[in-house]
Amino acid sequence: MERVPILKIGGVLLVSIQIDLQDQSVLALQEDLAEKISSTGAHGVVIDISAVEIVDSFIGRMFATIASISRLFDADTVVVGMRPAVAITLVELGLTLGGVRTALDLERGMKILGQLGRGRTT
Amino acid sequence: MTDAGHAQRLTELLRTNADSLVGRWVDAVAALLRGRATKAELESDFREFYDVLLPLVGSDGKDTGSPAFGEIRSFLDEYSRARVRAGFTPSETASSIFSLKREVFGLTENEEDPQIFRQLMAFSGLLDALGLLTFEFYAQAREEIIREQSEQLLELTTPVVKIWEGVLAVPLVGTLDSARTQVVMEKLLEMLVETGSEHAIIDITGVFAVDTQVAQHLLKTVVAARLMGAECIVSGIRPQIAQTIVALGIEFGDIMTKASLADALRYALRRDGVDVVQREVR
Amino acid sequence: MPPRSEGPEQVPISGDDDVVRVRQLVRAYAQQTKLSLVDQTKLVTAASELARNTLIYGGGGFARVEEVNDGRRAGVRASFHDEGPGIPDLTLALADGWSSGSGLGLGLSGARRLVDQFDLDTEVGRGTVVTVTKWKR
Repeated sequence: MERVPILKIGGVLLVSIQIDLQDQSVLALQEDLAEKISSTGAHGVVIDISAVEIVDSFIGRMFATIASISRLFDADTVVVGMRPAVAITLVELGLTLGGVRTALDLERGMKILGQLGRGRTT
Repeated sequence: MTDAGHAQRLTELLRTNADSLVGRWVDAVAALLRGRATKAELESDFREFYDVLLPLVGSDGKDTGSPAFGEIRSFLDEYSRARVRAGFTPSETASSIFSLKREVFGLTENEEDPQIFRQLMAFSGLLDALGLLTFEFYAQAREEIIREQSEQLLELTTPVVKIWEGVLAVPLVGTLDSARTQVVMEKLLEMLVETGSEHAIIDITGVFAVDTQVAQHLLKTVVAARLMGAECIVSGIRPQIAQTIVALGIEFGDIMTKASLADALRYALRRDGVDVVQREVR
Repeated sequence: MPPRSEGPEQVPISGDDDVVRVRQLVRAYAQQTKLSLVDQTKLVTAASELARNTLIYGGGGFARVEEVNDGRRAGVRASFHDEGPGIPDLTLALADGWSSGSGLGLGLSGARRLVDQFDLDTEVGRGTVVTVTKWKR
């Protein structure tokens, strides 16, 4: 099973998915991220899926789960770079990722996290 | 299929008189088409046809789908296609084939062999079948052309334009069908990524009617754009369409709608932190 | 023209990584048949859902992918076979939000929306075969 690497840039954790995700990798990523957010005290998580060709319900649910986990640690999650074909398919599938923030690309995702971070009292 | 013994006499006649027969056939058809095809063109087409036809003489044309007819079918396919592109009518295309009959009848007028009559009947049936095939191929070619054209039209009538840095607009015009809406919406989402735009205005001022399916496509596009991190604004909903939307019970939910494209643009700019102010003109 | 099929290919579904393999195989067929990018993505996503179902609910099985042609257009057909417990209540299984496992309950109903043709053949105690087809537009 391949593991998805998690990078730390300032107060943000960056997850760039470059592999064809199998379910075990998805579960491992959720665990790794929870651990990393708690150990680093990151205020934001960016998941870059610009290289991802398909998102099925299992992978889609991961975004929501990661968002919920990071919220428990007072961190925000942004999913960036979803391809048009993937977005159309997700809508047809009936998965709208309620509550997960999205951005067109990494740069805008980081900007959103920056804005949200400034609003924090900590 | 081919009854060699019986067809022999006719085949022999057709073979020995090939040149004069094709010549007369070309003249007859050239007259029919009133100079819209040159004799040289007709000559080369008809010669080819004649060559693939000869081995089939004796068949009554009831089995044009069989492998023996493969060659002549592909000839007629190409021939009919060329005729469509050149603007000939289906009757002109088919009667060119039928015209060969009269020439062959003329050739056999003085024959005394009683068998020849039966052979001619079969030959006539064969040419009828082949003539009908040109109709079929003609119609097929025509359908293909129409399909191509409607695809081109689709591209032309559904432009996605960048009207400001970060703002795209799609002015939809005419009657929206499901297929067209889907194509436009896919193009719009692609353009969002290409241009890095966070706003898209779907202007439906020029749309006369929407049905449930079309409205669904619009809704799905808005949701898909949101998943990608962009926002769609629907502008220019006509009163009749607003009524249809309500009557159909379509939930537009939390989709941003604006009365006009200008309003939508102003809204998008404001979201991007751009204010439009009027300066006093001196 | 009679329906024409070209070299069906079969892959076992017995583990997690097989789901990925099925996705890749279906993608390869979809590209070869020149489905549009959106249609490719829809079909591959449906295949992913169904392969996971075969694995989790059917206890494993195999997938079969082939190119098909109905005389008017080309398409890709994928079927998912298992010898698991079968589905007792189809209406329920095909309803949105219903799940007997840990999923979101979008597997079957979602996959059905992503394809042009969806056939489900199931018998309690014998197993399930789900066949999906996507035609070229």
